[in-house]
Amino acid sequence: MILTEKSIAEIKEKAVHYPVKKSAILPALTVAYRQVGHVDEVIYKEISKIIDVPTLEIAEAATFYTMFPKKPRGKYLLQVCNNISCALRGSDSMIAHLENKLDIKLGETTEDNMFTLIGVECLGSCSTAPMIQVNLDYHENLDKKKVDSLIDELKAKKD
Amino acid sequence: MHYSPVITNAEIAAKDKDLHLFQYVEDPKQCEVETFVSRGGYKAWKAVLDGISKEDVIETVKKSGLRGRGGAGFPTGLKWSFVPKDSPKARYLVCNADESEPGTCKDRVIMERDPHAIIEGMAIASYAIDCHLMFIYIRGEFTHCIEKMETAMKEAYEKGHLGKNIYGSGYDLEMIVHTGGGAYICGEETALLNSIEGERGQSRMRPPFPAIEGLYACPTIVNNVESLAAVPHIINRGAEWYASIGTEKSKGSKLFSLSGHVNRPGNYEVPLGFNLKDMIYDPAYGGGMLDGKKLKGVIPGGASTPFLLPDMIDVALDYEALQEKDSMLGSGAIIVFNEDTCIVWVIKKLIHFFRHESCGKCTPCREGTGWLEQMINRIEAGQGQPGDLEKIEEVCGNILGRTICPLGDAAVMPIQSALRLYRDEWQYHIDHKECMVKSNFELK
Repeated sequence: MILTEKSIAEIKEKAVHYPVKKSAILPALTVAYRQVGHVDEVIYKEISKIIDVPTLEIAEAATFYTMFPKKPRGKYLLQVCNNISCALRGSDSMIAHLENKLDIKLGETTEDNMFTLIGVECLGSCSTAPMIQVNLDYHENLDKKKVDSLIDELKAKKD
Repeated sequence: MHYSPVITNAEIAAKDKDLHLFQYVEDPKQCEVETFVSRGGYKAWKAVLDGISKEDVIETVKKSGLRGRGGAGFPTGLKWSFVPKDSPKARYLVCNADESEPGTCKDRVIMERDPHAIIEGMAIASYAIDCHLMFIYIRGEFTHCIEKMETAMKEAYEKGHLGKNIYGSGYDLEMIVHTGGGAYICGEETALLNSIEGERGQSRMRPPFPAIEGLYACPTIVNNVESLAAVPHIINRGAEWYASIGTEKSKGSKLFSLSGHVNRPGNYEVPLGFNLKDMIYDPAYGGGMLDGKKLKGVIPGGASTPFLLPDMIDVALDYEALQEKDSMLGSGAIIVFNEDTCIVWVIKKLIHFFRHESCGKCTPCREGTGWLEQMINRIEAGQGQPGDLEKIEEVCGNILGRTICPLGDAAVMPIQSALRLYRDEWQYHIDHKECMVKSNFELK
């Protein structure tokens, strides 16, 4: 099993409240993604056993949503919102700045597997634009200085 | 979880006797159940269970004039009354917290800073439709909101505001915090219900409407966070009080998310009918244009609403006045852009969003948004050809009104309005193979 005892318990705890088993698919995928960093067929099968829903139905749902990618990404997923409110506040230029700083293009992962940089649609941070979501955290009201220190801090982190 | 608090007008809201959604949002303790209760929280919920009939609750909300704050503006009380009284099936209440219309970031403020207000509103709405299991569907990216709501829910259970035999009334009510997977379409109520059921988030044909056949094929009401958060205040202070705020047809207060080229982007609670110009220029709100640049246009109600030109902004922010200007109040997301903004570039950003978020079920939307994006990208890249604008209009016309859910319309309306209001600039782009003004917005 890839999913840990803790994740399995968490999925079961969530599943028990729904009147219909299938409703636990998204909560289970969320728990799995947070533990593993991606969700593929192997994990669909594991979830299938935990919540007693056919693997196919899990795959069917999972592949619709952007938050359950099948392939692993860098340790830190940098999601730059690039929709209108953020773009008016310089998100295009922030992406260019990050591409330079990390020496990768949008959509790529750094060689050391530390950072994946992607552009995403509106994350509901319009009045605190521009922003980057780093894994689960929102970093908002960004400027060049804040972006630089954010990346430096992440690089220096040892966990 | 890390996030940054947005600027609000809580200080004004605290002093104004009519504003109620943002009264306490600057106090971090407002998230805690004790503080919430000490300020009158769960009082309306108690009063309702103490002996207000379901019919009276619905009647009060109807009379208050409250309309859905998610974008469509449908009367909330009327929606509740559509649940069949004689149905033997279970009923469900779903709070729509899938906030994802570009420009909109208001519901997250209530979830972050006043989560019990949402739970209390959901509870009262549940009672009104005789529901015993209610859901809040929160967009998956809002991890911090999910945590706040889960903590508040736990507290509400512990203190007996949720669970079995609430306040000894015999009424049982359970709650589930459900999280999404990053799909804008799930803010559309039937797609949202499919998503809770563990399906792909695609819209359903209506009828049947969710009030008749919604979640698990049972009668279901879906309401926006802000609509539900207003409900306890309506119960406490009465329909007449609520109806006295705002304009003749647009009642109550509304949260507006202000973003783009203003000095003070933020979330502001104002009575409906508040002037848009004041929202942008008043130092207590937008504080004027960023870097003193000239205003070029405003999207008044989220990415799917038609534009307003600078000479159109002396307008009341309410359902009717914006409709008169051929636009919409929508979700209350005001996006302001200055003279350095290329209109084709704005539309390029918007159509990319709608193409990406189209669920793929209806052909006009799935294919049409893709064609539109291709053509608009081409014009933006300086490769526009004569006839492109007419072709775009034709495709728009073939999407509008021809899809199951409003996403197709939402994608088309800003484009049609941009073509109407900024025609010269589009034509310039095609003739000169470049922008009239270049949108080079540097990161500060």
